[in-house]
Amino acid sequence: MLKRKDLLGIKELSVEEINLILDTAAGFKDVLGRDIKKVPTLRGKTAVNLFFEPSTRTRTSFELAAKRLSTDVINFSVPTSSVVKGESLIDTALTVQALGADFIIIRHSSAGVRHLLAKNLRASVINAGDGTNEHPTQALLDAFTIREKKGRIEGLDIAIVGDIIHSRVAKSDIYCLTKLGAKVRVIGPPTLIPKGIEGVGLEVFHNMEEGLKGMDVVMMLRIQMERQGKGFFPSTEEYSKNWGLTPERLSLARDDAIVMHPGPMNRGIEIASEIADGPRSVILDQVTNGLAVRMAVMYLLAGVKE
Amino acid sequence: MRGRFFYEVLGMQKELLNKTDIDRTLTRMAHEIIEKNKGTEKLCLVGIQRGGVYLAKRLASKIEEIEKKEIPVGSLDIALYRDDLNMRKKQPVVRRTEVPFEVTDLKIVLVDDVLFTGRSIRAAMDAVIDLGRPAAIQLAVLIDRGHRELPIKADYVGKNIPTSLSENVEVQLKEEGLEDMVILGKVVSED
Repeated sequence: MLKRKDLLGIKELSVEEINLILDTAAGFKDVLGRDIKKVPTLRGKTAVNLFFEPSTRTRTSFELAAKRLSTDVINFSVPTSSVVKGESLIDTALTVQALGADFIIIRHSSAGVRHLLAKNLRASVINAGDGTNEHPTQALLDAFTIREKKGRIEGLDIAIVGDIIHSRVAKSDIYCLTKLGAKVRVIGPPTLIPKGIEGVGLEVFHNMEEGLKGMDVVMMLRIQMERQGKGFFPSTEEYSKNWGLTPERLSLARDDAIVMHPGPMNRGIEIASEIADGPRSVILDQVTNGLAVRMAVMYLLAGVKE
Repeated sequence: MRGRFFYEVLGMQKELLNKTDIDRTLTRMAHEIIEKNKGTEKLCLVGIQRGGVYLAKRLASKIEEIEKKEIPVGSLDIALYRDDLNMRKKQPVVRRTEVPFEVTDLKIVLVDDVLFTGRSIRAAMDAVIDLGRPAAIQLAVLIDRGHRELPIKADYVGKNIPTSLSENVEVQLKEEGLEDMVILGKVVSED
């Protein structure tokens, strides 16, 4: 059973809680494979997507997950809301709650916001990405996908490649996969890997060829174009040459290695198109599994009574 | 299991069916299912998680033995269809629903271990109908203990056991690592 009303990050979750979410998601994945992809489980509940940063994939995934559970969904996006009129964040959230929201799914550029809201709201707050901090449901869907494809997580060699320092996905994945017993390493240029990360038991590689050897899972991160020319890496061409996943490089990983990417992809920059569309790519499975995992999270949070 | 412990300590439990009784009962139910359906054509068994799943598999193998025909078996999880989600202290565990065949136009025999209020069966019928439109749904239960809260009746009953609400019927099966046995006990408050 979950011990919290909110899902704010992976950092504070126990291994039992993570496994409960993954096991529950397996039951929801069954539902998504049917003709009638909807269950009456959370009818009468309301979810609000409160997105202060642009997002299409995550917002759509949460919206559909809620609808599959028979929960009503409202999308509250910043440019059209009163936030532009100067309403405070808490007032916005309290207003949404007063409309009857049971779940508030929030994406915000600032990492402290989720705690502020969770403390002040009765509704369950789900973090859909907060700045460079965490993106817990992405890590859960990644773990679910790995478990589904590999049958286990414990003992697997997993490489996360690219912009680790700015990536909330990488952060949540590292927490999640190491808790579940995987051997995680990060690969990327020194400018994009936080100093001292070795201290938490991760191996660090500044060479793609060396880093990919013997991996079971290769997880590519999106390179954020806006970082270009700010001292992190010289150009996308240069980045691609050193850190892009090509078929030659992938051949260094295990023969049955899978390739993951949280999307949206920069084809031909961090990942070659023939890999993204190839037999070892599980990128679209990640998208489908995201629905199952988000349904599981909402279902389990709904059962937490204060 | 926690409940069982209390019964044992307090000496309040009574064995209703032993291993042999359960086996004979299931054999009779298998014959009844074949008789009522005039064979096994378009017949399938769907067990309700978890006890019902084991019983469905046992019934299917008995039917196969008698008729020499294979019969499809599925498992159904009803957690997502329950009517008491807002009232329970704990969210029920979501298990797998694995019905690897098209249910439309089949005769489905739902299998459960104990029939009590009938609410699980209501949920199971909704769950089945979301998978397709079966030609018929029938119900087989090992124990019917009464106290229905919905207009639901089993087609095949292993044993009718009149109980009081302060009693508890527990079906233990070897598939769960226990000895086959049906036990009647007093509900001891777990608070």
